[in-house]
Amino acid sequence: MSTGKEGKKRGLLHDTASRFEVIRMVVAILIGAAITAVVIFAVSETPLESLRCMFFGPIERVRYLFNVLELMVPLIFTGVAISVVFSAKQFNLAAEGIFFFGGMVAAVTAIALKLPKGLHAAVCVLLAALLGGLLGALPGLLKYKWNASELVISLMLNYVCFSMSMYVIKNYFRDKNAGAIVSYVFEETAPMTKLVAKYRLTTGGALLAVAACVLLYFFLYKTRWGFAIRSAGENMNFTRYAGLPVAFAVIGSQAISGVVAGIGGAVEMLSMYTRFQWTMLTGYGWDGVIVAIFAKNNPKYVPLAAGFLAWLRIGADIMLRRTGVQMEIVKVIQAIIIVLLVAESFLAKTRHKMVVKEATAEAAGAKEVA
Amino acid sequence: MEELFSVIGNAAFAASILRVTTPILLAALGAAVASQAGCLNMGLEGIMLFSALTGVFVSSLTGSAVWGSWAGLAAGVLIGGALGALLGYLVLTLKTDATLAGVALNTIGSNGTVFLLYVWTGSSGISSSHKSFVLPDLEIPLLKDIPVLGTIFSGQNVVTYLAFALVLALIFFLYKTPLGLRIRAVGLNPDAADSVGINVVRMRYLAYILSGVLAGIGGAYMSMGYVSWFARDMTSGRGFIALAASAMGRSTPVGTTVASLLFGFTMALSNSMQTLSIPYELVEAVPYACTIVALSVYAYHQVRKSKKARK
Repeated sequence: MSTGKEGKKRGLLHDTASRFEVIRMVVAILIGAAITAVVIFAVSETPLESLRCMFFGPIERVRYLFNVLELMVPLIFTGVAISVVFSAKQFNLAAEGIFFFGGMVAAVTAIALKLPKGLHAAVCVLLAALLGGLLGALPGLLKYKWNASELVISLMLNYVCFSMSMYVIKNYFRDKNAGAIVSYVFEETAPMTKLVAKYRLTTGGALLAVAACVLLYFFLYKTRWGFAIRSAGENMNFTRYAGLPVAFAVIGSQAISGVVAGIGGAVEMLSMYTRFQWTMLTGYGWDGVIVAIFAKNNPKYVPLAAGFLAWLRIGADIMLRRTGVQMEIVKVIQAIIIVLLVAESFLAKTRHKMVVKEATAEAAGAKEVA
Repeated sequence: MEELFSVIGNAAFAASILRVTTPILLAALGAAVASQAGCLNMGLEGIMLFSALTGVFVSSLTGSAVWGSWAGLAAGVLIGGALGALLGYLVLTLKTDATLAGVALNTIGSNGTVFLLYVWTGSSGISSSHKSFVLPDLEIPLLKDIPVLGTIFSGQNVVTYLAFALVLALIFFLYKTPLGLRIRAVGLNPDAADSVGINVVRMRYLAYILSGVLAGIGGAYMSMGYVSWFARDMTSGRGFIALAASAMGRSTPVGTTVASLLFGFTMALSNSMQTLSIPYELVEAVPYACTIVALSVYAYHQVRKSKKARK
């Protein structure tokens, strides 16, 4: 089912399968929207206004549209990061912690070094990428060498990344003149240049996010190494017997994921802030899981998925400010949609009917010809 | 260093290990039961959060200091079991990937509880504005008068005793009852179990429900024993640590208990080290870092053992 090239018959069934996938996604999203509506009607005093804000709020102002784009950038990075590990069926969820850690590394580099404009940001991003890659590789290495659960280790790593980052900022870079726990202000050379002066979206951030999708799409779907990763996700034994690099598929995929998540954190830090001011994990790593599932683990579709998610979030934020409905509800709805998307048996009967219909039509066509 | 040893050498510290281990142990037993049936319960964190919130909500609703907390515990257990069944439905009936279903349940738990908390109290952080009740501590007659042992083993929360009693109950259930045997058979070899007429899916549903119930008790303890309120994301990774404990304990009740005590020790250590002059963030990372190290060492050991067995 992976390619449509295996003759007409497979091609037809393939079409049915992908058509079914689209139907399934639409139904899942509609169910999600319906549940949202029910909940909002239950808790909001102005349910219609709340719903309108949530689904159509972002088009109201240019600023909101830019907010969507700004939010898309970190979601794209973590979405791609998770897509890569999920392609290899490695459940490394360290993107959450590495994103945070990458932000810290970028902040520290932005404060401590004095470099010319442009180069400074590049050094920040590169360092975050390097350290992110090392952190991401750690669960991969332990999995490959000793078969330790990358899932549990990466989850623990998230907490360690968080604590270590806060330790570094609090004890070495904290601006004691500021009231809250924040770092010193970055050197002026470090932050990335804004795409449009008024908004926080940066040229560098946008370009890097697009590059991450394009490069990793080509890497995963057009190179031998990428094929090794995807085939390990399908069938590890096949990968091994085919002589493909299993070690790379396990460790490499997780390291690459760490690199992308690290870059994501650095870009976020240098785009949205002038000093380090995070005090809790950002949640973008978990969002990355949602983005990856929407995108079917394919970086090609990640911008679309990230856009959808960002739209809902900004809409929910507008809803919160105007009508006071808590935005956590959006994340609950997303989780429900996700479950419907990954549930193999959800709408399985419909799929069956579609395939049968297709096959019957084809058989009838063949009879007529005869 | 000397300071550190004076902390660890204290009987109160040993008592705090039991207190801190309780929620981890309960959730880890939940993970172990699921794993015995060949299932993965990744949703422990979300289940614990829901049970913690439900417990506080129900106990506050009753307004009774005598039985309110018990009603809360019962409600928490019920919700835990229901969520276990839901996870079972997702994984067994809808055939969702167990990891992703768990992640989804955790997301719903983490955000859903905040949403419900807000609807209930108007605060999205903590429930302390509404008075709720805690489960009682038990003074054990005679034992409480023995100097060191009394400090450690008497006066613990009733759930702590319940947790360790449940370890024994689970040993009995898994190894001495026909139902337990069936659950283990399904975990060892589902096809073989199926061929002798055991309903694999039904056994796995049962395991998920039991798993949810155990995690539910752990969650209710968090908000009605460990502390006396619900706070957002208050389980802070205990569900995941429980998974690690079950993996290290090879999903046997005894092994899981030992591993849970180990994690309880590091967590208690990190709690009491906060009074020393070590930066808070470093101390805070100790239990999680220890989990990584312990899990790696354990995995390394397993690989060595299986290599030796092959020779």
